Amino acid sequence: MRLLSGISLGQFIPGESFVHGLDPRCKIICTFLLLTGLFLASSPPDFALWGALLVAISLLSQIRLGLVLRSARPVLFLALITILLNIFWTPGHEIFRAGFLKITEEGLILSIRMGMRLFFLVVFAALLMMTTSPMSFSDGLERLLSPLAALGFPASEMAVMMTIALRFIPTLFEETDRILKAQISRGADFESGGLLKRARSFIPILIPLFVLVFQRAENLAVAMESRCYVPGRPRTRMCPLVWRRSDSAALIILFAFISALVALDRRFLRFLIR
Amino acid sequence: MSIKIERLCYSYNTGTPAETMALHDVSLTIERGEWISIVGHTGSGKSTLSQHMNAVLIPQSGLVEIDGVPVEPKTKNLRELRRKVGLVFQYPEQQFFSETVRDEIAFAPSNWGVKGDELQARVMEAARSVGLDDGLLESNPFALSGGQRRRVALASILSMKPDYLVLDEPTAGLDATGIRELVELLGELRSAGLAVVQATHDLQSAFEFSDRILVLEQGRGIAVGAPEEIARYLLDNPVHGLILPPLVRFSAGLAGRGLTIGLTSGLEGIIDVLEAARKPCGS
Repeated sequence: MRLLSGISLGQFIPGESFVHGLDPRCKIICTFLLLTGLFLASSPPDFALWGALLVAISLLSQIRLGLVLRSARPVLFLALITILLNIFWTPGHEIFRAGFLKITEEGLILSIRMGMRLFFLVVFAALLMMTTSPMSFSDGLERLLSPLAALGFPASEMAVMMTIALRFIPTLFEETDRILKAQISRGADFESGGLLKRARSFIPILIPLFVLVFQRAENLAVAMESRCYVPGRPRTRMCPLVWRRSDSAALIILFAFISALVALDRRFLRFLIR
Repeated sequence: MSIKIERLCYSYNTGTPAETMALHDVSLTIERGEWISIVGHTGSGKSTLSQHMNAVLIPQSGLVEIDGVPVEPKTKNLRELRRKVGLVFQYPEQQFFSETVRDEIAFAPSNWGVKGDELQARVMEAARSVGLDDGLLESNPFALSGGQRRRVALASILSMKPDYLVLDEPTAGLDATGIRELVELLGELRSAGLAVVQATHDLQSAFEFSDRILVLEQGRGIAVGAPEEIARYLLDNPVHGLILPPLVRFSAGLAGRGLTIGLTSGLEGIIDVLEAARKPCGS
């Protein structure tokens, strides 16, 4: 009875692949490029090419494609609603009609576009998190944001906060799972009764969880302070990030690909509209 | 009447790269009134096995049968099985959520519909059986000492009147006095007719009190038997993370010098054997 299983979105999968070895800064910029490119993509054939790109990147990451695709599951429902709304309620050239529901050519294209964008958005972001350990991810983000420190933006504190948050998500799930099981074996019932009763039945989960979280936070704060952590003080690194040639190469190649995809998209679009 | 476990397998995160085999082909039968210890290193599957005993985990393959009722995903009355087999989790005081000890102990029976005088009687009985002072019933469970909290946690399970008591590392985090008191308490409960299943890596108490011991290593049951047999087995086949208690090693040493002595005879047994073997002065 593992009630909280299947949370695969954003879980780091250790590996030795080419993508795993890239500098986190490179991967963050690449993901940013991919997401920007996605918003410029709009035609169905172009999305097929984006799919090929996704397959190529997951091959380079040595992560099973099924696992990558599975990470889109949490937004499946959202994507479905977006598609349904767009497919039936977009005015334009009518191609199908059943009662009050009508499908227009524009609606069909728009819904594919929205659904695909949402899907690729989540999957590419998940791919980043699957190939980048939380530590190196926040390291990379800290370095990328460090120019903003001059403007008073607390980049390194943000990075530390994020590292801690990411580090404790799985721990919290484990704790919740354990408390849940313990209360179930004391006869707690989360499935029957009305809304209010069900909401109340979560009190025996939430209170112990909060107690544990505060204890953990306190212990962590003491442990960090006793190792002389002071927020805002500059720190040296044991493994400084190194930008290699392969990072530049990956960035340039990906940029070229995305530009090509965007340019092709214009072509496809002109073709479709004609 | 027994808990029957046959060829039980269980793995976590099935179908992902993080898949780990927690139990592999484990079999064990627990009769009512028995004291069984499950010993093994951290990560050997003790917790997973004990969570199967009260249907919090459903077997992925193999069989778990509680008093003749098999535990399967479609089994109707899992809740009744969970009442029969009280499971005390590791660090059970971490599940406290009530403002008073009384409410905490009353939680489990009230979930099974016990109320009014019967509920109060159950709370009093459970509290007394673990040696909690009546005056403590109104205090905040978070304000108690470690040993007392563990007692409250135990009482909060006993109040649902289980037939079997399964404890996952019941002595973890307690000081020496706390451990002694808890183990003695378990002994009393057992004399009162309760089956005790204790997952532990404390071999000393396992040897001292158990009727039978199951040794787990990396999810496999590698030996099961009476304490004497298990001590002998562990002496011949050391298991990673299980260190034989000093008294057992001492007995083994004496046996090696030709004395007739059981490995788990304990301090008194050793003294008796040494006394008998002592040669009178001057002879």
